[in-house]
This record gives sequence, structure tokens and C-alpha cells, in this order.
Amino acid sequence: MAVKVIKEKCKGCSICVKNCPFEAITIENKIAVIGNACTGCGACIEKCPFQAIEEVKKEAGETDLSAYKNVWVFVEQREGKIMPVSIELLGEGRKLADEIGCKLCGILLGEGITALADDVQSYGADIVYLADAPELKDYTTDAYTNVIFKAINDYKPEIVLLGATHIGRDLGPCIAVKCQTGLTADCTKLEIDEETKMIKMTRPAFGGNLMATIKCPNHRPQMATVRPGVMDKAIADTSKKGETVKLDVKFADGEIRTKVIEIVKSMKEMVSLTDADVIVSGGMGLGNADGFKLLQQLADKLGGVVGSSRAAVDAGWIDHSRQVGQTGTTVKPKIYFACGISGAIQHIAGMQSSDIIVAINTNENAPIFEIADYGIVGDLYKVIPAIMEQL
Amino acid sequence: MKIVVCVKQVPDTNEVKIDPVKGTLIREGVPSILNPDDANALEAALALKDKNPGSTVEVVTMGPPQAKIMLKECLAMGADKGYLLSDRAFGGADTCATSTTIAAGIKKIGDYDIIFAGRQAIDGDTAQVGPQTAMRLGLPVVTYVEDVEINGDKAVVKRQLEDGYEKIEVKLPCVLTCVKELNEPRYMTFAGIVDACKADITVWDHNDVALDPADCGLNASPTQVARSFTPPAKGKGEMLTGTVDEMSKALIGRLKEKHML
Amino acid sequence: MYFTEQHELVRKLARDFATKELTNEILDEVEETAVFPQEILDKMAKAGFFGIKTPREYGGQGADVRSYVLAMEEIARVSAVASLYVSSPNSLAGGPLLLAGNEEQLEKYLRPVVTGEKILCFGLTEPGAGSDAGGMTTTAVKDGDYYILNGRKTFITMAPFSDYAIIYAKTDMSKGTHGISAFIVDMKAEGVSTGKPENKMGIIGCGTSDIIMENVRVHKSEMLGEENEGFINAMKTLDLGRIGVASQGIGVAQGALDDAIAYAKERKQFGRPLAKFQAISFMIAEMATKLEAAKQLVYKAAYLKDTNASPKECSLAASMAKYYATEVCNEICAKALQIHGGYGFIKEYKIERRYRDCRVFTIYEGTSQVQQMVISGVLLK
Repeated sequence: MAVKVIKEKCKGCSICVKNCPFEAITIENKIAVIGNACTGCGACIEKCPFQAIEEVKKEAGETDLSAYKNVWVFVEQREGKIMPVSIELLGEGRKLADEIGCKLCGILLGEGITALADDVQSYGADIVYLADAPELKDYTTDAYTNVIFKAINDYKPEIVLLGATHIGRDLGPCIAVKCQTGLTADCTKLEIDEETKMIKMTRPAFGGNLMATIKCPNHRPQMATVRPGVMDKAIADTSKKGETVKLDVKFADGEIRTKVIEIVKSMKEMVSLTDADVIVSGGMGLGNADGFKLLQQLADKLGGVVGSSRAAVDAGWIDHSRQVGQTGTTVKPKIYFACGISGAIQHIAGMQSSDIIVAINTNENAPIFEIADYGIVGDLYKVIPAIMEQL
Repeated sequence: MKIVVCVKQVPDTNEVKIDPVKGTLIREGVPSILNPDDANALEAALALKDKNPGSTVEVVTMGPPQAKIMLKECLAMGADKGYLLSDRAFGGADTCATSTTIAAGIKKIGDYDIIFAGRQAIDGDTAQVGPQTAMRLGLPVVTYVEDVEINGDKAVVKRQLEDGYEKIEVKLPCVLTCVKELNEPRYMTFAGIVDACKADITVWDHNDVALDPADCGLNASPTQVARSFTPPAKGKGEMLTGTVDEMSKALIGRLKEKHML
Repeated sequence: MYFTEQHELVRKLARDFATKELTNEILDEVEETAVFPQEILDKMAKAGFFGIKTPREYGGQGADVRSYVLAMEEIARVSAVASLYVSSPNSLAGGPLLLAGNEEQLEKYLRPVVTGEKILCFGLTEPGAGSDAGGMTTTAVKDGDYYILNGRKTFITMAPFSDYAIIYAKTDMSKGTHGISAFIVDMKAEGVSTGKPENKMGIIGCGTSDIIMENVRVHKSEMLGEENEGFINAMKTLDLGRIGVASQGIGVAQGALDDAIAYAKERKQFGRPLAKFQAISFMIAEMATKLEAAKQLVYKAAYLKDTNASPKECSLAASMAKYYATEVCNEICAKALQIHGGYGFIKEYKIERRYRDCRVFTIYEGTSQVQQMVISGVLLK
């Protein structure tokens, strides 16, 4: 969407200037002028009291859109294990495919992973495109991009979904450029437009302060990376059978320009924040790094894991991998305990979709209480032991 | 070595607040800053320059004329030259179109040995422009870089993963996108500021970088924003009252009622 | 009005530095241990904080007085004591050297001060000679190529850990202020000792003590400027010093105002935030207005220095800026503390520290009353 000022209607009132989240509008000679920074978000259209700003419709491109069919999910595996986000995407992809009335396909790359194709089928894929080659054992940008690009060219999916992992967020942009199409990053919601059957992709921007719904109307495939932990996982059903299509994989000399020397795991326990049902998070209110020990006790009792606010990570009290929030991990546990976390907007962005939020804070005015389902004003060092006694 | 760094001027999203009544973004008084990951990219470049005397660090950005001050900030930190790609034709670009413009700018700068960029910008958080620019330049790319070592014509980098890292070897020239764990960006110096304010920033429009307006900005953006809105705030919950024991008991009771425990 | 792009970046640098380095945790520790972390001083030196307007040829940064003012303001906004470490090398230590030092002295003393390798303190005040500097009793008696110094300086900021001191002493007892000369004294020289660090009300983390000199031999090459010209040197130094203290005033006041606004919005009484009570909101309006007036005075004083206005004009502007900014700072801190109510009296809140720190601003480097003397002196000539 692009926007345009209707000069005759504009009164130069500058309401649009104040409401533009991107500082893209200026007033020149008492008329609003849309500048470079415009992203076409449309905030000004809604705010203009004189209907003086309108949407400019873009002409349709020349790509034959009808040639593209089916929903694809990039099934990311590491060391022969399917990443949880891929299972979430197969669940979501199934819904999208059913709404469009097309097939759900998984594309799976690796070495010696033929057996995984059956798993992908049991998660609901009608077709699994399988590329099995030694060069694909570990992820490399070039190898994965080229194989998937070729498959997209050959089989023409209308939608391609990837998990917004460190791999998906590397692979997605590269494929998108090769396909000359758009890519919407870090989506938290996917919908099919009833009329056009196109996908509408909603994602947070501006540190979670703004949500944007993105379309890719004239290019195919429509691509999105999706945040881990946001969609519901597909349920495995071994009675579900699909078809596996083996992809021909050949690499020229020097085609793969990066070499993986080693992969090092730094975390002792692999219970990731995104998979946890219960998260006990701590912030500056803990007062020191030792406070996380108490949180760990509560987490252990509830079978959960420990998380943290950015401030606590910045203070060096806990590893970055434990950070929940806009710049950390987005989580969606059943219960989220925010202990001594004031509730900065960037933290809230990463945990607000938890089923139940429990906030414990000494400051009754802490913003965390605005979003908490249950709030306790009190010293967490007294409250948490009391909670543990009740368990 | 000739080192190029891609940077972006962004609103400080930590300072962005929401009008509690109207539910709109309060933009007033929100400062524009050098994108944090880009500061790490610049630091990586400057550190490389420190190790290899005679190297140059050139920074490039796409943005409105106001972005000049950010380029001067980069110069004040130690960069040698700043380029601003600024043109109405570049406006409204998504990552796909932005990468075309940035790549055209870098091509014009030319002769680069290595290109650094931030992993992602805090206004959009897409992490796409870096790798997409690399693709358009035909260069190998490593994203999420948390450590770099240059050995002759090769770079050995640590690429951050969710649960660790991978060590990757890549030939130069290449594009590396940097995360904050890579380093601690240096401060500007007062002398650097004095000199930066005397320096000229090169400004290029679409003609200067040989781009057809049809290939940049909104015209060349496959994605379109259909709607943007502020996320609905979750309704206020229940504040528990009483003694610590009473509140704890009430909490566990509520959680059990909801079958959460 | 007084600022350019350069100053915008300077403010950004100083603000970034202050918010990133001077964390609450570190400032609390400084308050507790009375020691300022060397690591932060090293970082300050690297960014050029110690020689903001010192010429490049002596290792300085070559910026201007406005840049110095902005740096001081932004650092003091977060920590008054940290701003003292910025002012010293730029003002009381660097000033006398730049005003009267010869090439050799500039190389030997100014350069290491600017790069942070050495610390130099300013010894003017004596137990019996505060505002009346002419009443000093420290003597320097010539003995061949040497001067023999005897006397006691008091309230000397940074004396306990300085490498050198600029000591003002009487070379001619009969001539009053016209008989004072300036010397650079090695703090490790025989006969030099420092008293016990004072137990101060505020600005904790930057030691202050006496310097005691008993038959200290100082070579004549270590005399700063001409014999008997020391008093002018001291007064000119304090001229710039006043702008520095005034900058501390607007910085600390801004910090206090920020605290007060945040607290007034957050704290609820009688079912609504303090900010909704007119008594409080009007207090904040008054504080903000006075602060703005003070800022304009300080910025103008710096601007006049940068644009080479007449010494008289500069001196008048600097005195007005110091007088008003520091008095208003005390007033703003007191009001901000009042808005905090009982919490303002508790050390956990930052306002308590600001309130104590700013108290000395109306006293050191020329009391408010001395500034009034300067101002009225110009007007009633």
C-alpha cells in the first residue's frame, strides 16, 4: 500500500504529521507531503479528518499467479531432529491449505533423513519434498538456498513458510531474493483472505508497539518466517500417509561458499523457553544473580524453566539465552511468572500471549500488573517460598 | 583493506510509548539513533582497521536527509567516509527493494574486501536486508556473527545459534551480519565529532547509483502493508490481597480452578 | 540557538556515556566505598572527556566551551561526582597551564593530564583564605635556582591521589594579591604531605584534603608564568571554572526534575497520581521554568567565550550563570525531594544524593556571594 495526499482536500492541519509512526510526513506550503520514510502503513489515512489522504493501488505485476499452488513448510531439522517450530508450522499450514483448498507440503533437507519424511507425513503433509545429500548434513546458506530455490522453481508453491529461527531467518531472505518475491519476517498470525485466497501475514514492528498486516499480492511464492512458539503444533498421526518426492541434488565445485568447521552447544539443558509450559522469570527486582536460584526452585517444582528480563541479562545475572522479550525469545507458556519484573514494553512484547500471567512485584504501580491475570504486591523472597509451600 | 559497513537510522523503540487513551504511538520526543546491531557492525570494522593500519572504513545508509547526522556519528567513532542513498524514489521500500538500493550503493563504492551489517534493525526487526544485499552482490553471507577472525583471504566466524554456535569459514569478500555479543561499540570522541562535522557526506540519488526508479522504493517492493494497528492491551486481571500466605493460597487455588496445575 | 550539529553529537556522546557507564549499581558502590572506578576514568580519557577544549597539539580534542558545558551537564545529570572528574582536567588543572604554561610545561604536565595518565590538582584555598584568596599565608622564598615553599592548602579536590599540584604562594609578602606566584609542585616531593581526606556531605568518591608543605624545594623552572602574576592566573582559571560549576548545576537540576516528574506520575495518593494534584504540578512547572532560565544563562556564557566576547562580558555572564544555576539547582533538588515525600529522605532514591551533592555548588569556585560581588562590581563601577 502506498499513500497519496489529495491536495485539494488537505488543510495543512498536520494531524497526519503527528500520527505518522515513521516521521515521514512534513508540511510544505500548508500541504502535507509524504516523504521517503513512508512505509505505507496507512496510519495517516485513518487519522486525517478531511479524508485528504488515500491509498494508491498498485497495478498487478506480470507473474502468472495461477501457476503457483500449495502451501509449503520448510521442515527444519538439526541433527536429525525436527525443530518444534516446524511442527507448529505444519499445524498452521494444514489450516491454511484447507482454507485455500490446496495441498500441504513439507520440504526437508539433510543427510540420511529419509525416515523423517514419514514423520512429516504423519504431521499432516500431503507431499514431502526430500533432499538427501552429504552436503546438506549441516545447514549452509548456499546449499539450502539453491536446493529450495530450484524446488520452488520446479513445483511452484503459492506459500512458503519457515520458522523464524537463526536458520530460517538466514535462509528465508536469500530464497526470497532469488525468487524475486517478498518475505514477511517473524509473523505471529497468518490468515487467508476469503475473497482473494491470498495470505495475510501479521507481525509486530517497532519493538512490538505496532502490528502490521502484510500482503504480497503480485509475487509468488508468498513467503513468511513465523515466530517459534506462536502457532499450535500439529498432532502426529501415523495413520496419515502422504507422498514423498525425492529431489535431485547436485552441487557444482565452489557452489557452497561457507564451510561449517564445528557446531558447539553451549547450553547444558535443552528445555527451551519456547517449549516450556511454565516459565518463572526474574528481573531487576531480584536484586542480584542469586535470586535466580529461588526462581529455579519454583520452576523445578512446576516442571518449568527460568527466564529473565533484558535488564537482568544486561546486569550479567543470567545468560542471554534466557531472555524473554522483543530482543530475546517470544514465549507462550501456560503460566508465566514475572518476578521483580516491572514490565517494560519490550518484555511484554515477548510474553503477553502467555495463557496466564502471574506478576509479583513490590511496586504496586509496576506496568506488569496491567497485563497480569493475577497480581501480588509483595517481596518475592517471601511470596515465592509461600507459593512453594502450597504446592 | 577496504571495509564497508551498512547502517540504519532508527527511532529508539525503547523510548516509544503508547498513548493510553488513543492507543496510538507517541512519536514526539523519540530520538533517532544508530541502530544498535549496526553499531556492533561498525565496531567490528573499526577493530579490523585498528589491526590493519592503512585500512579504510566506509559507511553507507539509505534514508532521508536527516540520516546524515547518524553518518557523522559513525565518522566521529572512526569511520573514514559516509554515503547517504537518499531519493524520493527510494521511499516506501520493503527489504527486497532496500537491498537493491544498498547493493547498488556498495557496487558504486566498489573494491570492498569485507562488508559488515547489523543483524537487524530495531524498528522492523526483519534481519533481511543484510543477507539480501549479499545475494544481490553475489557474495557469500554469514548472519548472526558473534566473533570474527580474519586469516588472509578467509574469515573464520562464530555464528550464533539458539543453543550454541557454529564455527564457519568463508572466503573474502563476504557479508557478515553482526549481533551485540560480537563486541562493545566504542564511543565517539570529541575530536572525532569536531572532524566529522567538517567532513562531507556523499549523497547519491537513483541516477548516481544507476537504478531505474521502477527498481527501487515502493515500486519494487513485493510486500505491501495492508493495515497497521496497535496491539490490543490485555484486560486488567485480579490483584490478590491479604497476607503473603493468603495471596499464595488464593493464587494456587485460582490456577487449579483453571486446570493450570 | 547557541548550538550546532557538533554540539548535538557531543550531547549524544555524553548522554550515551553517562547512561551506559554510570549505572545505579556503580554509583551506589562509589557512594559506599568513596572510590571512583579507574575503569570508567580510562574510558572517559579514551573518548576525550579530559581535554575537550584543549588544543590538539597537547593531546586535546580541539572542541569548544559549549561542548565542555554539554558534556558536564549530561554527566552531572547522572552523577555529580563523575562530572568533577571531567571538570578538573579541563578547568582547574588544565586552565592554569594553558593560561601561563611554557611549551616545556605544557608537554610535561598538560598532555598527561589530558590523556588521563596524570592527575593535577589546584591549590589556592587556605584555612584562613577562602573567598579572600589574597589573604593567603603560604610562602615561596627564593633560594638560588629554587623556591622554598611553606604553608597549608585546604579543601583541595583530588589532592589525596594527585600526581602534581598547582600551588599559589606569596613570593612577595608586601604586595597582597600582586605578590602571589603559581608553582607546579610534585606531590611526591620531599616535604609535601596531604591531610586526612575530608568527610564530606556530598560529592563522595572524589577525595578532598589539605596539602601541607614544609620546606618544599621547587625548581624555578616549575614556576607557572611570571613571578607575582599568579593571582591573575588563578582568577582567570576560576572564570572558566564558574561555567563548569554552572553546568554541573543545570545537569544535576535536570536529573532532579526528571526524577520528580517520573515519581509524580507513578506515585498514587488519594486514588490518583501526584501529577494530578495542582500543588505538585505547579511545583514542577516552576522547577522546569527556572531550570530553562538557568540553562540559557549557562549556554550564553559558553557562547560568549567561544565567540571571543570581551573579558568583561564573559566574566559577567559566567558569574551570573554560576550564581543563578547553582542556587536554582539547590531549589529544584529541594523541591524534587519534597515531591518524593518520605521516600526522598531514603537513600534508595537518587534524589537524596543529588540534594547533598549540589549543596557545594553555591560554595566552591566562588560562593554565590562572591559571584554577587563580581556582578555588582561590574554594574556599579
